[in-house]
Amino acid sequence: METLIIILAGVLVAVATYLILSKHILRIILGTAILSHAVHLLLMTMGGLKRGSTPILAENKVAYTDALPQALILTAIVISFAVTAFILVLAYRLYRKTGSDNLDALRGMDDE
Amino acid sequence: MIVVAILIPFIAAMFIPLLHKYFPKIHVGWFALTIPVLLFVGFISYAPALANGEIQSYTIHWIPSYGINFTAILDGLSMIFVLLISGIGSLVILYSIYYLSEKESLRHFYIYLLLFMGSMLGVVLSDNMMVLYVFWELTSISSFLLIAFWYHRKKSRYGAQKSLLITVSGGISMLVGFLMLFSMTGTFSIRETIASVDLIVGQPLFIPAMVLILLGAFTKSAQFPFHIWLPDAMEAPTPVSAYLHSATMVKAGIYLVARFTPIFAMGEAWFWIITIIGLMTLFWGSFTAIRQTDLKALLAYSTISQLGLVMSLLGMGSIALQLGYRTEMVLYSQATFAALFHLVNHSTFKGALFMVVGIVDLQVGTRDIRRLGGLMSILPITFTIALIGSFSMAGLPPFNGFLSKEMFFAAVLQIGSLDLFSWDAIGVVFPVVAWTASVFTFVYCMIIVFKTFLGQYKGEKVQKQDIEPPVGMLIAPSVLGLLVIGIFLFPNVIGTYLLKPAMVNIYPGLADQLADHYTISAWHGFKPELWMTIGVIGIGILVYKLLKHWKGVYRLFPDQWSLDALYNHTLTHLENSSEKLTRSYMTGYLRGYLMYIYIFFIAVVGGVALFSGAISFDLSTDADIGVYEWIFVCIMLVAGIAILFAKSRLTAVLLNSVLGFSIAFFFVLFRAPDLALTQTIIETVTTALFLLCFYFLPEWKKEHITPMSKMLQIGISIATGLIFILIGLSVKSGRLFDSISNYFENAFELAGGNNIVNAILGDFRAFDTMLEVVVLFIAGIGVYALIKFKGEKRQDYEDQ
Repeated sequence: METLIIILAGVLVAVATYLILSKHILRIILGTAILSHAVHLLLMTMGGLKRGSTPILAENKVAYTDALPQALILTAIVISFAVTAFILVLAYRLYRKTGSDNLDALRGMDDE
Repeated sequence: MIVVAILIPFIAAMFIPLLHKYFPKIHVGWFALTIPVLLFVGFISYAPALANGEIQSYTIHWIPSYGINFTAILDGLSMIFVLLISGIGSLVILYSIYYLSEKESLRHFYIYLLLFMGSMLGVVLSDNMMVLYVFWELTSISSFLLIAFWYHRKKSRYGAQKSLLITVSGGISMLVGFLMLFSMTGTFSIRETIASVDLIVGQPLFIPAMVLILLGAFTKSAQFPFHIWLPDAMEAPTPVSAYLHSATMVKAGIYLVARFTPIFAMGEAWFWIITIIGLMTLFWGSFTAIRQTDLKALLAYSTISQLGLVMSLLGMGSIALQLGYRTEMVLYSQATFAALFHLVNHSTFKGALFMVVGIVDLQVGTRDIRRLGGLMSILPITFTIALIGSFSMAGLPPFNGFLSKEMFFAAVLQIGSLDLFSWDAIGVVFPVVAWTASVFTFVYCMIIVFKTFLGQYKGEKVQKQDIEPPVGMLIAPSVLGLLVIGIFLFPNVIGTYLLKPAMVNIYPGLADQLADHYTISAWHGFKPELWMTIGVIGIGILVYKLLKHWKGVYRLFPDQWSLDALYNHTLTHLENSSEKLTRSYMTGYLRGYLMYIYIFFIAVVGGVALFSGAISFDLSTDADIGVYEWIFVCIMLVAGIAILFAKSRLTAVLLNSVLGFSIAFFFVLFRAPDLALTQTIIETVTTALFLLCFYFLPEWKKEHITPMSKMLQIGISIATGLIFILIGLSVKSGRLFDSISNYFENAFELAGGNNIVNAILGDFRAFDTMLEVVVLFIAGIGVYALIKFKGEKRQDYEDQ
């Protein structure tokens, strides 16, 4: 199970890397989004999978799933969302200003 | 008193601008003049005590934890130098008062000069190597400022830059040498290092430390092949050339060699390096001086060659330490005595000569030998001083140069007959080289006198009224000229009071043995060295007469093979190639930079993991895979790969949200309800955001990249994914210790909540949550600002 998820995350990392290395801003942003998906999966896996019940205290439970990675992932999800939103709007501004979303065309811009 | 003496010039330099402002009627040089005069009087009062072997020392703690303390020691060797610095400093400032007009920026000139004086005193008085290094660099900097005093001239800036680059690179290597010494002995104090010299000899760092420290000394003292900065430093005002580049700063390297002789002379390399470099410098400097047409350049090369002479004498003298305590040792250490004596002599006559050239320059308006001539009747006093200085430099009686030249020949003959060598013939080289160089020296001294002051007066080529300069300007060179004769007449005054105490510093522990042997006499009877001197004069006159016929020799060395050309070429080449190199990888394409980062990641992380055998995994501990997991894994794999082939951006974004929602399902399957909830909402909002931006962003175009670049892109992606998988699997298999999560299962007792994840977020690790909220907040402000802010507004503000 863990092996399978790690391989899945690896494939996602490869996809994300390919997208990040492209020239168009939208692809790059998608790449970063997919990269954060992969990282969240990895974090989840590192805590071990399906080793106990939901981490909500109740009378008849013996073992709980590791709650710490879950807390970490929750933080990470929110932060990556904030960053993605910011970059998207940045890309929008950039396009408004320069009329291009091709990074090669944007090379050597001097900031006024 | 001694530490105060170092600080006085620095403090005085601070007051110069004020004095210049409040007493505009008085030439600010008069205020500056009081400082070196005071210092000179102060130092001279210690001379009798020093002759009895008393040493003054004083310590101020600076950085005691590193063993760096401001220790000033006034012993015999330092005494020679401080008297030169303060004495010649007084004369130079007196001369400069008349030399520089009121139109010049006098404040700057005297501030730099006092700064230099203080740092030079610091160099020769410091016992601590680190403090010595600090002052050493300060002399480099103040020299740089003084050379570029007329900064509007291109040549001045070039000369200043050249001298700074060469001397500072030497200084840095010297610093490394000091640190190596420190690592061997554990002290920065020179005296303590001398005391523990047995520790150092034969250690692996001994030779590197020696070479690096010598590099510092050679660059500062303009030894071959680092001499090239000195002729270019002649763009400085003449008082600066007289002070820095003849009497004091270029002697700093000599001081360093003399000071470190007791430490390094135990190794044979010290003797060979210094003697050979010194003789090379002596020969090359005197040979090149003859071809110069500018008087100052000629004097610069003559300074180089005289410094080489002193350096080679110091090298020869160091052999005495190596041979140990025998009676012959006294004979060999005579060389060091000659070195110190010539050092003093050189400062006197070279200072005088520079001042003479300055007077000629001011009164006649040119320094070019080809335009000068017949000034003897016009500038009689100046001519007299020039004659004294030049003949002393050539080594003729009755001037002090004769004495030190005789001692030089004696030392060379002594070393030449030493059976140190694998075969006897090599010993002959020393006297031959020294003698030839002396002939050249004689020739250029004759050029200075005869081409400038005798011959025909070329009135049509010079512009100015030719009359003697004001008396004030003549005082300083006259004093030096009188000194030249005075030292010849009473050499033993200097010998007893200055040179003998210094010998004790160079040959520690031998004071009693050596004391009576050093007397200087003008006449020792018909010894070989006297015949050598007579030979120099005879052959020298012949060579000078035939100068026209053999001047063509200099054309055999084309300019593009000179060391200067090498320096310039290196400098431009360095700049060009570093620019090329930078341009080759700083392309400005973000894609390229990302590729470097990924390749570095793959190489370093993957390489380390593979080579250290970290990649190992066992899959036995895995949980089993249910049917839902299989379904969602397949969905995600298909969606992920399909994104790469998406034809439109809508497809791509939807596939991305398929990924997101599948992960939310995984969270459900992995028993993480909060995560599933959050992921669902966030994914929805993100997708909405993407779709919102579509309205403003351009279409999803096909990428146009070369096949080569595409292959690279695919390769990097696959390698990154693979490394990610391998490391993930290895980490998963190599669990070292149990999780700490059991502690969080006390959520109810400790935090009063049933939901463990929420208890962690809100209680156990609430800081993360707080700052994550801040992140969201900042991103919100950023988004708002980006949408609202119109960059064009700024122009209106500028207009108002």
